[in-house]
Amino acid sequence: METWQILEYAAWGASALLGLYMLIDWMKVDSSYSEDVLTSSREGELEAMTEEQHR
Amino acid sequence: MADIDITSQTMDGMGPHGTKVGLLRVLGPAHVWALGVGIVLVGEYMGWNFAVGKGGAYAALIACWFAGILYTCVAMIDSEVTSTVAAAGGQYTQAKHIVGPLMAFNVGLYLVFAYTMLEAANAITAGYLISVVAGMTGYAGELDQRPFIILVIMFLAWLNYRGVLATLTFNLVITAIAFIAILVLFLSTSGVLGGGIMQHAALFEGHEMPYGWIGVLAAMHFGLWYYLGIEGTTQAAEEVRSPARALPFGTLAGIMTLLIAATLTWYVCSGVLPWEFLGDGVNGSVAPLFDTARLSGSNGLIWLLGFGTLFATLASANGCINDASRAWFAMGRDKYLPGWFGAVHPRYRTPYRSIIFLVPIALIFALGAPLDQVITFSILSGLLEYTFMPLNIIMFRRKWPLNSIKRGYEHPFHPLPAVTLLALCALTFFAVFLGYGTQLVAMIGFYIVVSLWFHFWRYRFVNRGAQFTMPWPKPQGY
Repeated sequence: METWQILEYAAWGASALLGLYMLIDWMKVDSSYSEDVLTSSREGELEAMTEEQHR
Repeated sequence: MADIDITSQTMDGMGPHGTKVGLLRVLGPAHVWALGVGIVLVGEYMGWNFAVGKGGAYAALIACWFAGILYTCVAMIDSEVTSTVAAAGGQYTQAKHIVGPLMAFNVGLYLVFAYTMLEAANAITAGYLISVVAGMTGYAGELDQRPFIILVIMFLAWLNYRGVLATLTFNLVITAIAFIAILVLFLSTSGVLGGGIMQHAALFEGHEMPYGWIGVLAAMHFGLWYYLGIEGTTQAAEEVRSPARALPFGTLAGIMTLLIAATLTWYVCSGVLPWEFLGDGVNGSVAPLFDTARLSGSNGLIWLLGFGTLFATLASANGCINDASRAWFAMGRDKYLPGWFGAVHPRYRTPYRSIIFLVPIALIFALGAPLDQVITFSILSGLLEYTFMPLNIIMFRRKWPLNSIKRGYEHPFHPLPAVTLLALCALTFFAVFLGYGTQLVAMIGFYIVVSLWFHFWRYRFVNRGAQFTMPWPKPQGY
């Protein structure tokens, strides 16, 4: 088997591993934290803090 | 304190509290530069040369500089607005605060489409480049590009998933190498260091403007390719340590870098490659900088520009994943899209659901759509976005004049950049219509349909009070 054929298989394998990593981590996070915490990000937090300090 | 005070008589919005997990503020101006230039620089390595095919080498240079003016206006306007509206989503968030929800929804979609399509185009290109390397190393069979295309998207998505600092530091390194490669090529081939190989006079003779001024107009479409994506710096707004300093600094340094890179690229390529070959990006010169290096006869330059081409492609795809996911995330957070997309990873502090969601979409386009169509839809979405910008800045200055709110940067000569940008956008729309009229009409039809869907259905789910978060005074006239 030629080097480039091996690289093709390696690319398939690495892609699958990276995809699996993200999927498993995603499931873990979603089951470990509440939706309230995960979606608690609010826009303008820094601006609000700055404004309050100057008041 | 209550989360939001929408009844305030003096304030337009009150910054909400209560973030338990938010995006991480770790980036500096160099990362902003790397994000903007990283997305664009691939356009110098390939794509811009279609402008030569449309109108000859001089037309490509005129298009390069006119598009340069267009994007300088974009960078100036963006620097002012984003250093003031410093939140993820970039132009989407600007539109939400300054124009209104329907404009914001459309701009958000322009951003996601432009970046996801560009990411797909970059992955296709990376697959092609790897197959060229296989051929150059003596591989006799036909390389299957699909695993490499998928690997590029999966690896960069994984990098983005794991954290923004590593992602954009990676971009900084590979973008810097790609830019330095262009400088080295110029110095080595133009005669500054050693003997030059430039043949401008001989190559241009009799072919100065093969299609006249209409060719120059047609070249404008691909002239955008020299700079398309610099506006992406705004997506880092919520992750920079100092938005008021880093965003204008990174964005303006970025456009200066690109003006230099674009002009040098035109100079070295048009001085070595005949315009008929240079202008045919499919059967002629696919990667003009690399082809110029090959004609130089220097192995060192061939390797340097080979890596430069690959790095520029990866940097662009990487920046696109970063930007598309931030725009999608910001729309989810405001419930313009399902709020589920507004989640942040508690450990890596990235919009992980948006990153993962956009992976299969990029894969579908990368594996199933032709490259020129993917690029055209990306350019059209970008162009619609640039048309919004002049209207946005004019409204911004009217509603909140200078000194009414703190701005990180105030761009000079207002409204001249806005008017110039609007005029150049109109010109470019005409140029695109000449070559890709059907796609332009189809794209506008698509945005009209989704606008109707948003207006009549989706807007009822939007958290209307919470979307205006900047602690600004009420706008003038309201």
